[in-house]
Amino acid sequence: MAMKIGTDNFKERVGNGINDSFMRGAVAGAQNSMGVRRQNATEELGNWEEWRSHGEEIRQHVLENLDYYLEQLSENVAKRGGHVFFAQTADQANEYIKGVVAKKNAKKVVKAKSMVTEEISLNATLEQAGCTVVETDLGEYILQVDDHDPPSHIVVPALHKNKEQIRDVFAKKLGYQKTEKPEELAWHAREMLRQEYLTADIGITGCNFAVAETGSFSLVTNEGNADLVTSLPKTQITVMGMERLVPTFEEMEVLVSLLTRSAVGQKLTSYITVLTGPREEHDVDGPEEFHLVIVDNGRSKILGGEFQSVLQCIRCAACINVCPVYRHVGGHSYGSIYSGPIGAVLSPLLGGYDEYKELPYASTLCGACTDVCPVKIPLHQLLHKHRQVIVEQEGKAPISEKLAMKAFGLGAASPMLYKLGSKVAPAAMNPFTVGDKISKGPGPLKAWTDIREFPAPNKERFRDWYKNREKGGKES
Amino acid sequence: MKVTLFATCIVDMFQSSAGIATVELLERLGCEIEFPESQVCCGQPAYNSGYVKEAKEAMKSMIDTFIDAEYVVSPSGSCITMFREYPHVFKGDPVWEPKAKKLAEKSFELTQFIVDVLKIEDVGARFDGKVTYHTSCHMTRLLGVKKAPMILLSNVKGLEFTELPGKEQCCGFGGTFSVKMAQISEQMVDEKVMHVEETGAEYLIGADAACLMNIGGRIERQGKPIKVLHIAEVLNSR
Repeated sequence: MAMKIGTDNFKERVGNGINDSFMRGAVAGAQNSMGVRRQNATEELGNWEEWRSHGEEIRQHVLENLDYYLEQLSENVAKRGGHVFFAQTADQANEYIKGVVAKKNAKKVVKAKSMVTEEISLNATLEQAGCTVVETDLGEYILQVDDHDPPSHIVVPALHKNKEQIRDVFAKKLGYQKTEKPEELAWHAREMLRQEYLTADIGITGCNFAVAETGSFSLVTNEGNADLVTSLPKTQITVMGMERLVPTFEEMEVLVSLLTRSAVGQKLTSYITVLTGPREEHDVDGPEEFHLVIVDNGRSKILGGEFQSVLQCIRCAACINVCPVYRHVGGHSYGSIYSGPIGAVLSPLLGGYDEYKELPYASTLCGACTDVCPVKIPLHQLLHKHRQVIVEQEGKAPISEKLAMKAFGLGAASPMLYKLGSKVAPAAMNPFTVGDKISKGPGPLKAWTDIREFPAPNKERFRDWYKNREKGGKES
Repeated sequence: MKVTLFATCIVDMFQSSAGIATVELLERLGCEIEFPESQVCCGQPAYNSGYVKEAKEAMKSMIDTFIDAEYVVSPSGSCITMFREYPHVFKGDPVWEPKAKKLAEKSFELTQFIVDVLKIEDVGARFDGKVTYHTSCHMTRLLGVKKAPMILLSNVKGLEFTELPGKEQCCGFGGTFSVKMAQISEQMVDEKVMHVEETGAEYLIGADAACLMNIGGRIERQGKPIKVLHIAEVLNSR
């Protein structure tokens, strides 16, 4: 799968994440500061819950009428002279884009940040075809310069690197000789990138929200790089996931506000770029040729099913920024370009359970993700739904667990069995009990007691106490 | 007022002191307690692991046990959250959905019941010591009970309260997560214990026995001098 990153298995990835103290420091720091900023930016609105409900309504409405809006969008793009291609698979999308590159005899492509192009591995495809691809989002640029290190966060792709590491990467790969000051690093990247914009043949962007009514595409950035990508090269290609659209600018305004506040705690980002087709006669800039590639790649299978709400996602990463699991393992542990709670829900759907069956279990179902989602995706419930599918439909749960749960079903449903079980528990656990605790538990308990003490079962259960007390009157 | 106690399996088997405190506290507040012997587990361990069919067996047994109660009260936000989820679990089932609804509507977590139903904010407790409080995820986020324990603790005489840094963060229990994802769980509970220690509190208080078993177990393993108590025990001390 193209969205897959690395070759290590889940346990190895998690182990690597936990042992990466640089990354953990950076992630914890970012979560703490982004948490406060998000909180302030949402409280400022005063009626955040109403905004969330409105956002949810808009997204649900679009998904319920996706065929209608996709058709409207395509028509409006075509009316403006743009080309529309609907790609069912990643390969189809890549082939089409490769075709445009070949036709234009393009040697260099500049890109603005796009998760869907990561998902389909567009960069690798174009590079294999002999085209130079330059990422212009600062975070993506850093990763690209660092031998294509994969993103660890959907909004802040280089979150796992600190400024000293970035300085070292720039020094080694770009001959950078200044300090680790962010301003100096950014200035250097800016100088390098400016030349790339001016010499690129094609600009490729993702899409935050497509506007069906006008055939427009919005891009939300803080660096203004999308402005340059969409205005300098003669040919422009926009790649979008098939669900990323809104009916009109009115809905776009609501969602952009939800997005920027949730993603980075800003009222608005520094730039919101809107592109509507190729340049017209009176335009001073803009591309001469425009292509829209709408990517399905598994999304239409999600549509109409019990996981449909995951398609409401506006890729703000608020769920990632509050996730206590992500906090400790980092983005690469998920083995997918989509990390955190949204990644744990989406990756098994797009990439299959064989590859991502552990992800739905890498959650305590604490609900922090659901709480912050600006479009009210019930993320922790979807993780739970995955577990149910893995157990009941996929049959991928371990046998020992199945047996234990069968026993649970029997025991918990039968008060007699439960009473008996809980009564003999202290005796059963006696060989492992020292004082009032168990420090070296048997079977599955071992994983618990490797880390913490487990209490020895009460010799007098609560129900025994209650019974004795009733017999002996209230003052037992 | 008649209260039917749902003690929870963890309290029944491992933390009977929290159950005893709950009974004594509610009686002191004028409630008449009933404890149906046929109660077992709410089904959460199986349900959260994806074994819905097995969980439903436990749930049906619990619905039958508590269906005729006036109020069901439990010293666990998480288990009451599970009760409140029952109608969703049995959605579309003509027999069990209506019963599940009936049970969900009258089920309350202990502090929620005292503040919202009994309308009592000061239980007349006295507890001398410096404490901090762990806000359990299911209780605060899913059940939505945030203020009740704070209100009750703020009226306990002698109690010195310090807020837990990063209090919204999960302690890393998560049911089977704690053993299935032990590696990750360890990191989470370590950060929690670190924050508890930062407060300088002598006592860590919580309203969910499972979270307390997790954090308390780690505190004990590390040999730290912090005592762990269920909120019922604090509210019941005089």
